[in-house]
Amino acid sequence: MLQFYEKCKKAVIEGDSDLALKLATEAIDKNKPVLDVIEKGFVKGIEEVGRLWEDGTFFLPELVMGAEAIKKALSLLNPILSDQQTKGFKKGKVVIGTVEGDVHDIGKTLVATMLSASGFEVYDLGFDVGVDSFIEGADKWGVNCIASSALLTTTMQKQRGIIEKLKERGIRNKYTVIVGGAPCSRKWADEIGADGYAKDAVSAVTLVGKLIGGD
Amino acid sequence: MQNIPQISWFEEGKLESIVKEAINILSSTGVYIDSKDVLSLVGEAGIRIANSRAFMSEEAVRNAIGSAPDRITIYNRFGNSVMDIGGWNLYFNPGSSAVQILRYGEGKTTTPVSRDLAQFARLTDSLIGYDAQSTALVPGDIPETIADRYRLYLALIYSGKPVVTGTFGLDGFEPMSEMLRVVTGGEKELRARPIAIFDCCPKSPLFWSELAARNLVDCAKAGIPAQIVPMPLAGATSPVTLIGTITQHCAENLSGIVINQLAMPGAPVIYGGSPACFDMRKATTPMGAVETQMINGAGAQIAKHLGLPSHAYMALSDSKTVDYQAGMETSMSALVAALSGVNNVSGPGMHNFQTCQSMEKLVLDHEVCMMARRFREGIKFREAGHSKEIIQEGIKKKQFLSLKSTLKWYREETYFPDAVIDRDIGEKGADLSEGEILKRASDRVAELLVSHNFVTLEAGKSEAIEEIMLREAKKAGIGKLPELPE
Repeated sequence: MLQFYEKCKKAVIEGDSDLALKLATEAIDKNKPVLDVIEKGFVKGIEEVGRLWEDGTFFLPELVMGAEAIKKALSLLNPILSDQQTKGFKKGKVVIGTVEGDVHDIGKTLVATMLSASGFEVYDLGFDVGVDSFIEGADKWGVNCIASSALLTTTMQKQRGIIEKLKERGIRNKYTVIVGGAPCSRKWADEIGADGYAKDAVSAVTLVGKLIGGD
Repeated sequence: MQNIPQISWFEEGKLESIVKEAINILSSTGVYIDSKDVLSLVGEAGIRIANSRAFMSEEAVRNAIGSAPDRITIYNRFGNSVMDIGGWNLYFNPGSSAVQILRYGEGKTTTPVSRDLAQFARLTDSLIGYDAQSTALVPGDIPETIADRYRLYLALIYSGKPVVTGTFGLDGFEPMSEMLRVVTGGEKELRARPIAIFDCCPKSPLFWSELAARNLVDCAKAGIPAQIVPMPLAGATSPVTLIGTITQHCAENLSGIVINQLAMPGAPVIYGGSPACFDMRKATTPMGAVETQMINGAGAQIAKHLGLPSHAYMALSDSKTVDYQAGMETSMSALVAALSGVNNVSGPGMHNFQTCQSMEKLVLDHEVCMMARRFREGIKFREAGHSKEIIQEGIKKKQFLSLKSTLKWYREETYFPDAVIDRDIGEKGADLSEGEILKRASDRVAELLVSHNFVTLEAGKSEAIEEIMLREAKKAGIGKLPELPE
């Protein structure tokens, strides 16, 4: 089995989505312990990808390809986990989107990919997302965290709008709210009363892990 | 060359007219040679001599150009070829012979000592963008009379890279070439695989001192590449017009090539220099001036027209410290050098009118040189004709980051600078002092000096060159060499 876990790990490190999918299929077909395949194989792979990113060996393409590979594998493996296993593996739910008036979503997509690769259940609303849609999505999927992205100084005000709307409806404390995007900063997050700010996709995973994932 | 971005200063016809005028100057005005031996050599070749001036005919000059090689291969201490000086190849090495150092981490300018030069050589060794080292500093803790050979001695100990160097006195060439013979394995080996380039500097206008002229001859006979480094100063020691200075610079180079090739036809010689404009307001020689860059860039094009390898003193600054001016002048100059086709660029690390070297600047200039190199590589036709498919795939995936094409090419398409260059995501309101470039450079110098594993000179060779150096020191009246870092 150890050899099989190693293969799964390697597929993620090498960003080989096809191989990751093939290994996930093999795990199911041969009745391998799915939770172990995820945790001792694929997750170890994405952890290594994260480490290589942190130390500067991997750059964005390797990071995203690794994340896509594990996402592919999890898309097959997650549905067959038992409820209890899912509970143990899943870290939390996040709804994410780029705010209204803003169509720049590469950073947001990256954060969504990395979050789901790291065990979060992610609902990506895309770009040009209205304040109400964020809140409706959060309510519909019962998420723990609302993450919004803005690239423009003009649209970042919508991030404040999300928090104000949550307050208005008396549900601010129901959700952890985080912000990101080029013009944002920790100071901005503090100013609008957000719970956190992350400068990039990897630190977003760390941030969300701390805030809702029990890390 | 295909797709190499380049600056063309003159059309072909104009280039030839400059060369013709330079030859006309040499045949009619002549060049002063302050060396009986060299005058005899030149005279024996049929060149008219009068009052120590050699009047070089067009035939003599054309013959010399014809016999000089169009490329020169330079080797490192390990016998590997590392520079192919010629064509559109581009190499960088630090500026040479600074009499001051802006000591890293201290921010103060002082007279360098042996330890500084040893560290400088080691730092140069650690930076891959420098193809050669130079004897960058003149250490103040050794008598001037033996400083030339002592600098080479330190360079050979502390770095495996080839050395751009030169002599300070007539008795310097022999011990220096002796050291080079020891390191390469002998006279034949040094000739076959030269590891040093000697700068030979005529005085402007058109004057070869005994030292410089003899160096040209000695280098030719030993097979050591000679780099001709005239320094005409527009309006001070050469015509004020840029074209006038470029023409004189050409004549000075050609006269050196004639002497060198008469000593040994086919000897490796480089059309080089450190010409500059002259600041009539401050009476200074601004190396960072845009006109200096133009003169040097044009010189490289003339060298190319003549089929000769080229050199220039560029990628340096006149600023007294490592600041905006230093970055601006160095960057502009490096880029002009790269785009003009200068083969061997000397200058990085240097500032304050070629008088001072800084290790922090050397680290920062390294990034400038790497970027200039990337610029010169130009735009490659990678996956040309397939852009449509790639764009379609990117649209489908909603991003291009995880495309196979991205993974395949991104590291080759993009130069990723060292961390001294700030490309981090800036958090507004962060403490700006944390990001000061000078501090980052200073930290990087300290880190490289500790972490870089330079390969020491083989046992036997190390002792042999030490023995040569001790012998020279004894002649200068000192029995012990300064203490050196490990």
